[in-house]
Amino acid sequence: MSQGVVTASYVGATILFILALGGLSSPETSRRGNIYGITGMAIALIVTIASVTSNVEILIGGLLIGGSIGLVLANRVQMTEMPELVAILHSLVGLAAVLVGFANFMDPTRLEHYTGVELTIHDVETCLGILIGAVTFSGSVIAFGKLSGKIGGNPLLLPARHWFNLGLLIASIWLCSTFIDQSAAGGGLNPLLIMTGIALLFGIHMVMAIGGADMPVVISMLNSYSGWAAAATGFMLNNDLLIVTGALVGSSGAILSYIMCRAMNRKFLAVIAGGFGTTTGGSSAGSDAEQGEVIALEAPEVASLLNQAKEVMIIPGYGMAVAQAQHIVCELIKALRSKKVNVRFGIHPVAGRMPGHMNVLLAEAKVPYDIVYEMDEINDDFPNIDVSVVIGANDIVNPSALTDPNSPIAGMPVLECWKSTTTIVLKRSMATGYAGVQNPLFFEENTRMLFGDAKSSLDAVYKNL
Amino acid sequence: MKIGIPKEIHDGEKRVATTPDVAKQLIKLGFEVVVESGAGEGSHFSDAAYTDAGVTVAEGAKAIWEGSDIILKVRPPEFNSNLNSEEVDLLHEKQVIITFLWPAQNPDMLKRLAGKKVTALSMDSVPRISRAQKMDALSSMANIAGYRAVVEAAQHFGRFFTGQITAAGKIPPAKVMVIGAGVAGLAAIGAAKSMGAIVRAFDTRPEVKEQVESMNAEFLELNFEEEGSGTGGYAKVMSKEFIEAEMALFAEQAKEVDIIITTALIPGKPAPELIKEEMVVSMKDGSVIVDLAAEQGGNCKLSEAGIVKKVHGVSIIGYTDLPSRLAAQSSQLYGTNLRHLLTDMCKDKDGNIKVDMEDEVVRGATVVKDGEITWPPPAPKLSAAPPKPAEKPKDVKPSEVTEEKPSWLGPLVTFAVGGLVLLGLGSVAPASFMAHFTVFVLACFVGYMVIWNVTAALHTPLMSVTNAISSIIIIGAILQISSGEGVIMWVAGFAVTITAINITGGFAVTRRMLEMFRK
Repeated sequence: MSQGVVTASYVGATILFILALGGLSSPETSRRGNIYGITGMAIALIVTIASVTSNVEILIGGLLIGGSIGLVLANRVQMTEMPELVAILHSLVGLAAVLVGFANFMDPTRLEHYTGVELTIHDVETCLGILIGAVTFSGSVIAFGKLSGKIGGNPLLLPARHWFNLGLLIASIWLCSTFIDQSAAGGGLNPLLIMTGIALLFGIHMVMAIGGADMPVVISMLNSYSGWAAAATGFMLNNDLLIVTGALVGSSGAILSYIMCRAMNRKFLAVIAGGFGTTTGGSSAGSDAEQGEVIALEAPEVASLLNQAKEVMIIPGYGMAVAQAQHIVCELIKALRSKKVNVRFGIHPVAGRMPGHMNVLLAEAKVPYDIVYEMDEINDDFPNIDVSVVIGANDIVNPSALTDPNSPIAGMPVLECWKSTTTIVLKRSMATGYAGVQNPLFFEENTRMLFGDAKSSLDAVYKNL
Repeated sequence: MKIGIPKEIHDGEKRVATTPDVAKQLIKLGFEVVVESGAGEGSHFSDAAYTDAGVTVAEGAKAIWEGSDIILKVRPPEFNSNLNSEEVDLLHEKQVIITFLWPAQNPDMLKRLAGKKVTALSMDSVPRISRAQKMDALSSMANIAGYRAVVEAAQHFGRFFTGQITAAGKIPPAKVMVIGAGVAGLAAIGAAKSMGAIVRAFDTRPEVKEQVESMNAEFLELNFEEEGSGTGGYAKVMSKEFIEAEMALFAEQAKEVDIIITTALIPGKPAPELIKEEMVVSMKDGSVIVDLAAEQGGNCKLSEAGIVKKVHGVSIIGYTDLPSRLAAQSSQLYGTNLRHLLTDMCKDKDGNIKVDMEDEVVRGATVVKDGEITWPPPAPKLSAAPPKPAEKPKDVKPSEVTEEKPSWLGPLVTFAVGGLVLLGLGSVAPASFMAHFTVFVLACFVGYMVIWNVTAALHTPLMSVTNAISSIIIIGAILQISSGEGVIMWVAGFAVTITAINITGGFAVTRRMLEMFRK
């Protein structure tokens, strides 16, 4: 196949990828967008495979094995486990970038293609591709461990961790330059391997230091990294398709991280440098003082409150995902809607462990998406709401984010559910959220608590409705 | 600390400052609770019930007054004829007494308390702010009084409240007018309404109209503009013209209604006279007036504190002990109010209280601190009523002004640095690299534009689809797989396998998710 046809196909694939992302601007167009994406990928694969000269059986074998594993994974995964799946898939991209980088380095024809400045640039690209790929890989594996509960969610805060990171960075740069020096002479495997090890360590340390509540940021950041790794590999291979796709994915992840950070009123760098808990010391005493009495209700009372309400707002959080309560929530709102109660959902951008987590869960339970609103759309409506139901959320409905400047979550935009006539909070216990901050909402006069597992509590409420 | 609860000695007083339930909670806070034997008799709490709750029951008031650090009472201290001593004289230095003291009416009492070098908190002085609602004993008692007022009225009213049509004829519903829609008034409205009466209510504060209507009662209005809201949720004294219009309204209503319940009080002043003798004369025989303000002089001139009088065929009830007539209920509410106050003062839950004068609630309630009179407290500024609407519209402009203008220097520096970096790169790098770099930068911008349009609800599918397309890196692996070197081939083969997982997994899961987003 001529180079011209390959390039033309790559341009087509690029356009299809951009259309795939563009399609996600609304649920109606998104399904078509996904088909564009699949088509683009198929074109790129077919064109590339056509130029393969030998070892086709390994290639096809790899594609078939990997493809079937992927399909099985995708069909088996529970919607509540999406964050874990996304994290582990990210790690694969990172690992692939590392492997491709090494394979490229070991290619004996490399020194024939490049000399002088071009070789240096090529080596820098190889280094970058491997570095970013390795960080993505180990970071995603740790993120997967944290999300699936195999590793504790608390941030691991080493003393002098900033210096540690800086040291790792300097070491990587030094190793990279050593590698460039040696590679011109045909060597350089050792510095490259050591640098990969350091990058892996860096990825582990980076995600270990981030608390569970910051997971949406981490996931979208790793998403971004996987894109940059692909772009760096594209530079290394002189392949524009990889560069473009990598840049698209990279900027997508970067924007998501930015949106998540803004939703938590946190600086991106602060999230990366270490999780919550760095500033909690002084304020915990202050927030304890706010404590008052909580008023606990039983399911029948909650049901009667809901029955009397005309406007109900449901605020789901990670607790709903943990309890797998989205289906019973859907049943509940169906029953309420049939009684002419206006039920809406208010979704905080960082609710859950991944951007858009709650939307996916609600969509799975067949909640119509036109009653699911973003925080900015409905925050002003709370004074008109009769009953707000908070299901397993904590920090995203914490009034102290607005009132207490010393709070670790001060300034974070929150859903102002306390302005509604009554707020019902479903919670397992009085434990604090991931930010470790006491929530004055629970002690508000118009707040009622319904303790217990969200699913069984809502079941009981539904029966009493 | 030890909390002592003596038996109330005021004539006819049946309440007690702590019930067994409340005592249990106090003990949980770390306090030790001692009750005088028989203290709960009037409100049907036996000594045994107290003992079961973990309370020590002591014989005789003397032991309580002498041995406790905190005394909880209902009525202000008075002469105890059993001990032949004033209760105030039983107090000793450093003791804390919490009760109703009515400091405005009892300046002498404050002096005597100060003389004993004690600390005294008066439950009627708890400021009426939102945070202190749970300790607002006046509201608790007013609520009970309002309810009981209706029950007393029913007792003296010879007919049904509710209307009925029976085989024996038609019964018209009773008409009830409630004057003053405060806590007591609203409670009376609720009770009368639930018994089936037609209820009307009047108040000088226009903002309570909504509350009255929310109880399904009719709010009587004057065609007269005057704002009656004072500070702290109370009413103020009105102008002469207003009062005349009000009187005309009452005179007209008096001819029509069967029961009048008056709850009008202005703090620190004698109760306003609202029901004149001629109105009473104009009422139907068998009608009832319940005057909740009888103790402060009465809203009706004919009412007499503490008794029921029959004047011009109308029963005028002047009971001043309505809460005490529902002793079990009021003891429980009052006890809970006290417990809330103590909980606030005992932040460490270690059974020790701190009289923190920085705390607005404690400051307001404390009338004597360590022998010094601290009453009246600085006025609380919050009113239960919203501010007058006239003040609102002008200065509600959005606070754009305070927002800092973004400095133009920042972007300039960014652009300058970015431009320099690009120039530096361009001067060193070969042309082929710069071509790729152009593509890269443009792709970043395209990505930036496209991604901002993605709706927040689809962020998860966005991540899974970008994840799928980022496995385009498979192309690198495919290009390398034909290499003659065995190691490279296997490494590339492995890379193909794992990226293939990613491609199918990413697209398939995206499709699965998007299928769910249906209207």
